[in-house]
Parts: sequence; structure tokens; C-alpha cells
Amino acid sequence: MVTNKPKTITPSQTVGPFYAYCLSPVNYKFRMLASNSLVTKDVEGKHITLRGTVLDGDGLPVPDALIEIWQPDGLGRFSGHHPLLKTAEFKGFGRAMCDALGLFSFETVKPGGAPMRDGVIQAPHVAVSIFGKGLNRHLYTRVYFDDEEANKSDPVLNSIPEDLRSKLIAKEIEPDCYEISIRLQGEGESVFFDV
Amino acid sequence: MITDTPNPLEISTDYPLESTRAHPPMLTPSYVFTRKRAPHRPLRVIPHTLTELSGPIYGHDSVQPLDNDLTKQGEGEPIGERIFVHGQVMDEDGRAIPNTLIEIWQANAAGRYIHALDSHPAPLDPNFYGAGRTVTADDGTYTFTTIKPGPYPIMGLNNYWRPAHIHLSLFGPSFLTRLVTQLYFEGDPLIQHDMIYSTAPESSREAMIAKFDMSATKSEWALAYRFDIVLRGQKNTHIEA
Repeated sequence: MVTNKPKTITPSQTVGPFYAYCLSPVNYKFRMLASNSLVTKDVEGKHITLRGTVLDGDGLPVPDALIEIWQPDGLGRFSGHHPLLKTAEFKGFGRAMCDALGLFSFETVKPGGAPMRDGVIQAPHVAVSIFGKGLNRHLYTRVYFDDEEANKSDPVLNSIPEDLRSKLIAKEIEPDCYEISIRLQGEGESVFFDV
Repeated sequence: MITDTPNPLEISTDYPLESTRAHPPMLTPSYVFTRKRAPHRPLRVIPHTLTELSGPIYGHDSVQPLDNDLTKQGEGEPIGERIFVHGQVMDEDGRAIPNTLIEIWQANAAGRYIHALDSHPAPLDPNFYGAGRTVTADDGTYTFTTIKPGPYPIMGLNNYWRPAHIHLSLFGPSFLTRLVTQLYFEGDPLIQHDMIYSTAPESSREAMIAKFDMSATKSEWALAYRFDIVLRGQKNTHIEA
């Protein structure tokens, strides 16, 4: 039994503009811990590209944004959690930095539906965190896919007002390539979650 | 085809939202860069599902033993005040968090980052890269050896100097425990003027100040600072065996 009074958690601070050489050292001499490619030899699922843009309240690109994604494989199984994926090469975790135009891109697999706690299967989605200068806390959202029937019955998606749901759904703009716009503020603002 | 799903009992607890009040609000106008980036609509509460309760996995073997010594990344010794930064990572109920990744990055002793876009006219140190990684031990403890970073100006703002700080990124056991924060040094007069430090509520901001730790200094080698880190913890964990 834990009876101690809870401690205050350590507060978040902005990631700032100068994190790349540690967190996403694509152009530096430091080993990469996670990249924008999640595809491995052992992964089950259809290979897709998931790409998008991050824009600020003026509609201008956020070139210093860092995107992290977390997702199950094509069968809805999370690496490290599912009994059969405890030691898989597939991790389901990716990191990508935006470019000067605020564009990011991941090579991954289309996720399968993962269960809610009551066993109801959710529509396939990717968890997305956004870090950047001026973001005191990272923002959390989800990306669903426009070709999934299961979107109609997804409990989380359906808890969102109908006119906002489309902001969480990536569109297949060419075969196996899905696109999402992440607008931090203002017109077309994305839906961000308090979790 | 594999159809089994994880036992729902494994995810039957979740994390209290109240704890996140220790974080800064998204909009803090005195930190000017929040003004065009903080969402206007309130964040929407959703249930914690397996997506949030499971946690990012990375290649644990991609962290190597010397990665926590930032003074050993060049051919020679970097310039500056050598320090140990150490502490314990725990959850809000005081339970140690073992085997969790900590990534750090910082400016050099002159207040200059190796990042290509840092235009502060202070020298780079050919023997200092400024990034490190480690994984917490079984009791949640960690240690870095580094150089005390220098304060630096934010370019483009009038005479604005950031206090010396080290950036930290932690994973914790789930997607909900993810934390990016900054460590400040006890006694730094710039802290009270800093618009980023001050984004955090008064009740929690002092948790970001590392304390000088005489007991951990090493004679004729390095001074030491202690920095404990508290991540969110799951409700009802007293039910666990």
C-alpha cells in the first residue's frame, strides 16, 4: 500500500529550437535512437507513408517542430506490450523533424485496431506528440485514416464534435500515402487531447 | 493469423489528470513564442486506452555505457567546469522508475550550442558535442558527467539572457509519462528573470532547480548537482502485488 502524499510532478518546458543534434541527429554525428522509418523486416502490415505539415496561428510553417509517433503493427499489436512482440525488431515508435516548410514524413505500416480497456476495438490510429519552440508542453493528438469503416464506431473519434472529427483523419492522397495537416492555432485548428 | 489481445487487466489503471496542473499552461504571453503556437480551443479529455497506456519502445541497445559522459566525446578534454549531475527518477507516489531513457542536450561552457542554427557569437568547443543519454538503474537513479553550460542570449530579443540550463527528455513507462523539461542550477541569478522557467506554476517551478550536492563532489575532479525527476504515476497502483 502506498500511503505517501503524492509528489508534485516535474513541470514540462519547451524543447526549444536546438534539440536536433540530440533527439533527431540526422545531420549530426550522433547515433539515432529513433527515426522517421518504422518499417522493419519482421513487421506485419501494409507499408504506407504518413506525412503532413505543422502550421502556426498565422498559417506559417513551424520548421522547428519535432513529431513523435507511437502505433501498433498491422494486427493492432504494440511492441513491448503484446506477448508476441516483446523482443520484436519492430518498435512502433518514430521521430521526425519538420523541414523549413513545416513538412514531416514517416515510412510505417498501416496500424491495426487496438483494444479499449473494455475490449472494444478502436479504429486504426497513430498517436502523435508535437514538440517545438513556444510549446510549453508537447501537444497530443491522434491520426486516423479516411479509408477505415471502423472510424464510424470508434469511441474516441465519436466523442469529438462531428465538425471537428475530420481534423483527426488523414486523407489518402495517392495510393498508400496519407496526409494530415496539424494546425496549432486558429483557423482549421487541430484537435488536441488532454490525457 | 494471431487474434489474441493483451489481458485488459494489465491496463485497468490510469493516470490522474490533476497531476498535470504542475505543467505550464500552453499560452504564457510573456514567453512570446507561445502566442502563435498555443491552441485556442481547450484540450479535449479522452479515455486512456492501450494507445496511451503502452509506451514508446526504442532500441535499448542504442544507449551505450559512455553515452552519459559528455566530457569524453572529443579527442581531448572540453573547456569548462566539470560537473556530475545525478538524481533519481520516480513517480508521483515516490516509486522508483527503473530502466527509463533520459536524453540530455545543452550549450557548452561559453553558452554556445553545436546546433547549426545557433548564431550566438561565442566559441564552439571542438571537444564538446553537448548531448548524452542514459537509462535509469533498478532504483531509478542516473548520473551524467558533463560541463556546466554557460548562460546565453536569445538572439533577436533585447539583452535577454537565459540562465544556464540542461534540456532533458524522459520516456517513463507509458505514452502519458513522456516529459521534456529543463534543469536549472541553484543560485543562478538569471533564473528569476527567465520567461521560460516562469511559464511553470509557482508551486512546481522550483522542482526544476538542481541543488548543489557537496556529498557527491569528487575531490580534485568535479562538483556535483542533484536533480530528482518526478513523472506521472498510475492511480490505484497499491492494488499491484
